[in-house]
Order: sequence, then C-alpha cells, then structure tokens
Amino acid sequence: MRITQGCFSFLPDLTDEQISLQVQYALDKGWAVNIEFTDDPHPRNSFWEMWGLPMFDLSDAAGVLMELNECRKVYGDRYIRMSAFDSTHGWESIRISFIVNRPKNEPGFRLERQELAGRSLRYTTKSYAVDRPEGLRYGGK
Amino acid sequence: MNSQSDASANPQDVSETLPIEQVDLRREFNEVGIGEVLDQLDRELVGLKPVKTRIREIASLLLIERIRKRMGLAAEVPTLHMSFTGNPGTGKTTVALRIASILHKLGFVRRGQVISVTRDELVGQYIGHTAPKTKEILKKAMGGVLFIDEAYYLHRPDNERDYGQEAIEMLLQVMESQREDLVVILAGYGDQMDKFFASNPGFRSRIAHHIDFPDYSDDELLAIAELMLRDMNYRFRSDARDAFVRYIHLRKMQPLFANARSIRNALDRMRLRQANRLVADLDRVLTADDIMSLEASDVLASRVFAKTAIT
Repeated sequence: MRITQGCFSFLPDLTDEQISLQVQYALDKGWAVNIEFTDDPHPRNSFWEMWGLPMFDLSDAAGVLMELNECRKVYGDRYIRMSAFDSTHGWESIRISFIVNRPKNEPGFRLERQELAGRSLRYTTKSYAVDRPEGLRYGGK
Repeated sequence: MNSQSDASANPQDVSETLPIEQVDLRREFNEVGIGEVLDQLDRELVGLKPVKTRIREIASLLLIERIRKRMGLAAEVPTLHMSFTGNPGTGKTTVALRIASILHKLGFVRRGQVISVTRDELVGQYIGHTAPKTKEILKKAMGGVLFIDEAYYLHRPDNERDYGQEAIEMLLQVMESQREDLVVILAGYGDQMDKFFASNPGFRSRIAHHIDFPDYSDDELLAIAELMLRDMNYRFRSDARDAFVRYIHLRKMQPLFANARSIRNALDRMRLRQANRLVADLDRVLTADDIMSLEASDVLASRVFAKTAIT
C-alpha cells in the first residue's frame, strides 16, 4: 500500500528535477531544508530521523540534492522526506514536507482489534513492516 | 499569445530538429549584458593587462559556448575552475567577485553568489570534523563560486596526517563531478601556489585557467590611489600628488609592500593626519574644499620619508 503523507503524495513520485525545483522554491523563500528518514511508516510517527543538520544559508538546490543522494546511498530502502523550516517570527515551523524516496515494496497496514469487556472493541492500525526489527524492515541486511 | 504561438509553431518544430543556423553575434552580446561588466572591469580596475585579456577570452568562449548550445553543437560544459596567483594586494579577490558576476550573466552559474573561505572554514580540528565542514561550505557555494583564499594552506607538507588532505580530496571530487553546479577559484601567492600544485597534481590538471596577477607599476599605483580617494570623496592638492608619487617610489623599495593594499593603508593614515591637522586649528571656518583636500604635509609626515621604519 502506497504511503501518502505530506505534499504531492497523491502524485506519482517526484523526479530529481521536480524535487530540486521544490527545494529551490523553499530556498528562495528563505526556508531551511531538512532531510529525514524512517522505516516506520505509521502516520502518527512524526519523529523521523534527521540526515545531518537542517541546511540553513544555502542558495542553490544542488547542495540539497547532493545530500539527498548521499542519504539515498545509505538509506535508499527506507522512506526519506524533505521538509522546509520557516524560521521567521510567528511561523517558526515546517512549511512544506514531501516524500522523496520510498521502499520498493510497501506492505501496508493491518487493522488490529482488541476485545474488551462487554463485547466492546478497540481498533489500532499496525504496519506489517514493523513486525521486523528496525533496519531490517525493507530488505535491509 | 495563443494566436502568436500558433503562427510560430511550425518554425519552432523545425528548430527542434534543425537547430538555428545563424546568430547575430552583436545582439547576443548585448543581450547577455556582458559588455558592461567587462567595461566596468576596465574602468574600475587599474592595470592588470594579462588578467583582463584572459577574462575577455573566457567571456568570449562562454558566449560562443552559449550560442553553440543553441545551435545544437553539443559540447561538454567547459571547465571553469581557476587559480589566481600573485603578490599581496594585486586584486585577486576583487577580480574573483567580478568573475562570479560575469559567469552569472552568461548563465554558467545559476545564482552568482561568491562564498569566500580560507583553510579555517574547510578544515576541522579533529578526526571526522573536516568532511562535514567542507561539505557545508560546498553546499553553500552550489550554484555559485567558491573562492578559496590562501589555498596553499590547505596542504601542510610537514604533517602528513594533516586534515587538509581530506578537504582537498572532497574538493577535487566535487570539482570533477559537479562541474555545472560549482566553480572553484583558488587564490594565493605565486611561489607557494606552485608548491601546492606540485604536491597536488590532481588540482593542477582540474583547473583550466591559471591566471597570474602582475605587480602594479608606480603610475598604476597612483591611479589606484586617486580612484580610491575619489570613492572616499577626497582629493590631492597638486603638491600632495607630487609628494605621493615620491611616497610610492620610496614605499615600493621597502619590505612588506602589498601593492594596492599598502596604498589603501597609506591613504587611511593620511586621512588621519588631515583630520588631526584640521582639528588642531579650532577657530578656523572650514569649507568643503578644505575637508576634501589632502595637502603635501599630510603625505610628507609619513615615516617612509624619514626612512626609519616600515609603515
């Protein structure tokens, strides 16, 4: 099941050229671009791991793409997303975030039912991927 | 717009397969606006003949390259990495800034910003510190020009475990693989740069343009001084100019002469003396002319004339 999180997630995957245009847009606005990765695709998992530091003071997307390619080399089997942080007063938060890399095979989620007293049920979703330990979830060794 | 593009749709299709055959060179030249940058270079930089010639050549090549691309005559992106060698104060940094704007106008760098760094900003202090630092700088410079001043400090021949080597390797890799994203300009004093290139042959061969900055002649130094004064809204009285000509002659024979930089320092000290002279007589009514003029006494008070110490 294809994960849809952040901007553009209902579009086909962005090409590198499209990614760099988006990144350039963010840089032109003065936002700092971050690269984050995870192998826990649950939608409530908001704490992805960062690849390096937020990239402040860049002027061209080529620098970000360089980092992204390096991140893909190491974590190409996981989800990688880019987010752009606006540090101006009043915003001080993420303005845009989109997935730039995803595992080849996304197994999706199952619905778990917990039976409680009096026939009531509690539901939760669980990704099939997280059944395996971290790092091995998407065919990592 | 629609009706126009319909009309021109056919020729456009043809130009896709059959690239343009003819180019109006003058129009192309004016369009890019490179003429004014070169003129500005001529106007604002005194002397530096070989440098200007080389920059003109590079600019022409880039212009032709642009046209060739439009004609569909595919060629590799020309290597634009440069090395500037020359004595202190010969204008290496100034020219690097100009080069960036030329390259930007011609569209060979996308942003045109210049990141000026020295060894400190590239090389770390402990193991594993250098790579992130260098990468950080490279990322900032992407799409523009990376200017490495005193580049020979990157390599310390006396210490083979020096972290500078790591920075050099990263630089070389990016200079090769991301030629269209980044232009690297190295600058440094002539003999030290020669040694630097001798110990890093990879660097030498990756840099297409080695430009040597000559020392200025006395006349050129005087012209520079007057240009600087004009920018600061000062001027020489005629006897002061004569005194300054002598000053240049004497100063050049002393050690640690740094061309235009020494001239600028000398002018700054003259401004001090002039201010002091004006303040000494508080009862006077000053005119704008008094405040703008440097007199011979301001020049002659320099220690250079006393031949005692280095200024």
